[in-house]
Amino acid sequence: MRRRLTVFLACLFLWGSLAAVAGPAEDRKALLEHYKQRLPDVKFEDYVLGALALNRDARDQYESIMTFPPFVNDVDDGRKTWEKPFKNGKTFASCFAGGGKNVAGRYPYFDNGEGRLITFENALNACLRRNDEPELKYGSNALGLLSAYVKSLSDGMKVQVKVEGAAALAAYEKGKAYYYTRRGQLNFSCASCHIDNVGNFIRSEQMSPMIGQAAHWPEFRAGTELTTLQKRFQQCNSQTRAVPLEYNSEEYNNLEYFLTYMSNGLPMQTPVFRK
Amino acid sequence: MAEGMKIRATMQGDVADVKALMNHIMETGLRKDANTGKLIPAYFINHVVATLNGKTVLDAQWGAAIAKNPFLGFKIKGAKAGDKIVINTVDNKGEKMSGEAAIA
Repeated sequence: MRRRLTVFLACLFLWGSLAAVAGPAEDRKALLEHYKQRLPDVKFEDYVLGALALNRDARDQYESIMTFPPFVNDVDDGRKTWEKPFKNGKTFASCFAGGGKNVAGRYPYFDNGEGRLITFENALNACLRRNDEPELKYGSNALGLLSAYVKSLSDGMKVQVKVEGAAALAAYEKGKAYYYTRRGQLNFSCASCHIDNVGNFIRSEQMSPMIGQAAHWPEFRAGTELTTLQKRFQQCNSQTRAVPLEYNSEEYNNLEYFLTYMSNGLPMQTPVFRK
Repeated sequence: MAEGMKIRATMQGDVADVKALMNHIMETGLRKDANTGKLIPAYFINHVVATLNGKTVLDAQWGAAIAKNPFLGFKIKGAKAGDKIVINTVDNKGEKMSGEAAIA
């Protein structure tokens, strides 16, 4: 009896460890190891600073600007959109747990009921739809500024994206495949710069680690140019002479899912300044 | 404009560090309208006065080179927490904007 129990437990353990071999958690762990080797002096929480964590002077300038960043008025416009009641009297806050505070760290998530991935911007538009208001166009200034303000209500929240279930895993894997696929005339994948060449320079710019990137979007380039994560995807595509995809395309949403999962455990801050 | 400007003033040692962000389009007068081809008239802040408890500490004359939504930062020696900073601006059309803050 005891022997059978031992065998049974051994089988369970083996099955459990086999199932754990290839999955998002292992992917993330492997990447963390890689970055620990390549960037030994960077603390985990500082990954959100990207290349700023690799240059003390740049980081000091960033922190000085963030004491009173130039985008405070733009974010205020987002706040006005958030607080303005719909025609039916309700506000955006009614669509989100906790009135919108500390929710953004869970997005994107895979809605098994609807059978699709839901990004934070999808959720904002779903709120508009449910309240008979016109949806905001993906990539528009209005949606970007709204997103910038609302996500600031989750400042400090740790990114905590879940990949649970076969469909969610499939979306994650698609995002991961996109990340590692070479494309464009320069034949780079995202990994070419942000994993293989992290810390190295391309012309004047230092490559930031992929872990930490997804925790701070939208951001304001040069302090005033609103840039969402998917706009940055488009820019990265263009910069490698690849064809940029549409905002809210399945590929970009899956990529966002993969990238955000990889930043799990890191504190969010939205929006931020970048040069 | 909803609010003319936001001001933040903090003590850094014995010096007050004042930062102000103003909302103004700051048209230089040299840009052309893309549709009509005509010059867009100059419309920019040309005079800024900052006071500490009513006493002028900064008097600036600005030209067309100051950027849109200007950011102004300056330090005042001899200020202390609780002192009142007032910043008044006038533009070339004579329109005024004002903002005030107490030093934190």
